Amino acid sequence: MPKGGKRPLPEVSSGSMADIAFLLLIFFLVTTTIANDKGIMMLLPPPPDPLQEDIDIKIKERNIFKILANSNDLLLVEDEPFRGPISDLKDEVKKFVLNFGSPSEDGMRVYNSLPSKMKRFVNQNGKSENSSDDPTSGNAIVSFKANRGTSYDLYIQVLDAVNSAYNEIYAERVGITAEQWLQLDRDDDIQNDMYKRARQGIPRAISIAEPDK
Amino acid sequence: MPKFKKSTGTSEEIPTAALPDIIFMLLFFFMVTTVMRETDIMVKQQLPKATQLTKIERKSLVSYIYMGKPANSTLYGEEPKIQTNDVFVTVEDVVQFVNQEKDKLSEVERDQITMSMKVDTEVKMGLVTDVQEELRKSNARRVLYSSIKTSRE
Repeated sequence: MPKGGKRPLPEVSSGSMADIAFLLLIFFLVTTTIANDKGIMMLLPPPPDPLQEDIDIKIKERNIFKILANSNDLLLVEDEPFRGPISDLKDEVKKFVLNFGSPSEDGMRVYNSLPSKMKRFVNQNGKSENSSDDPTSGNAIVSFKANRGTSYDLYIQVLDAVNSAYNEIYAERVGITAEQWLQLDRDDDIQNDMYKRARQGIPRAISIAEPDK
Repeated sequence: MPKFKKSTGTSEEIPTAALPDIIFMLLFFFMVTTVMRETDIMVKQQLPKATQLTKIERKSLVSYIYMGKPANSTLYGEEPKIQTNDVFVTVEDVVQFVNQEKDKLSEVERDQITMSMKVDTEVKMGLVTDVQEELRKSNARRVLYSSIKTSRE
């Protein structure tokens, strides 16, 4: 048997391994763009059916919260010029949705399910004759109509304000912050249940009207 | 003066043997998270700022439509244009683009296709609504207005 094992195994020097890894690391560091795929989700209405004639859906005037934007980026909210900051618009929408002017049976059920803090909010700010009946489907609609010349920036800001009003209502209803509401993971059963509970009876009724030509 | 001479036997060198491993770990992290951008964006992209942002759950369902002034204004003019993939398209071509993107998805997922609209803040709503009309026609109704997170309050 030949004598072996005495000779040292040939080794590849690994001293520069770190340098090579560093080089690659820096390459990937530079080329990485952390994807920012975040935004405001919207569901567009279904395409108009050419066979169907225009149906007049009768909705009471007081149940529509009208926001109009003109080509100079000026807003008309409920037929009054609106000059305040956009965050005021959020409060207006919130008051409108949680008005409970003359709630139906379903509306009453929604009201009773609200936490006491929100009931107080309704009693202080709501119950107006000229505002929405109750937040259930078809009884409180936020309508937003932009002009063709309105800037996209304003459009997003208004949409953002309306969405944030709804999100705050939902979040408050289940007792979490608006921030947490946005983070809810709907794959999780408990969180999905919370999501459904918050939206029960208060649909996000935002209507984007087609702009004037 | 008293002498403070410690004669401990420990060596003061930090062992660097694990350094490559650490670097490799970082490397793998970046390799995994890196998304190579496949399209060249040829329009100006200053996305609007918003607070109420939702994340996209499934990236494979998302297609992008870019809108804005052409970056190369001497070649393409000042009017805002629509870009899909690598080319400028007209409003009428959007339907075709959507159908192409839908074909990439499996049958069951087609209805869930989400169009991410990356629109520059300077674009007027006219163009945006025109595109939205086309999206409605082609039954791709889930739209995401891509925007940047900000805390306005």
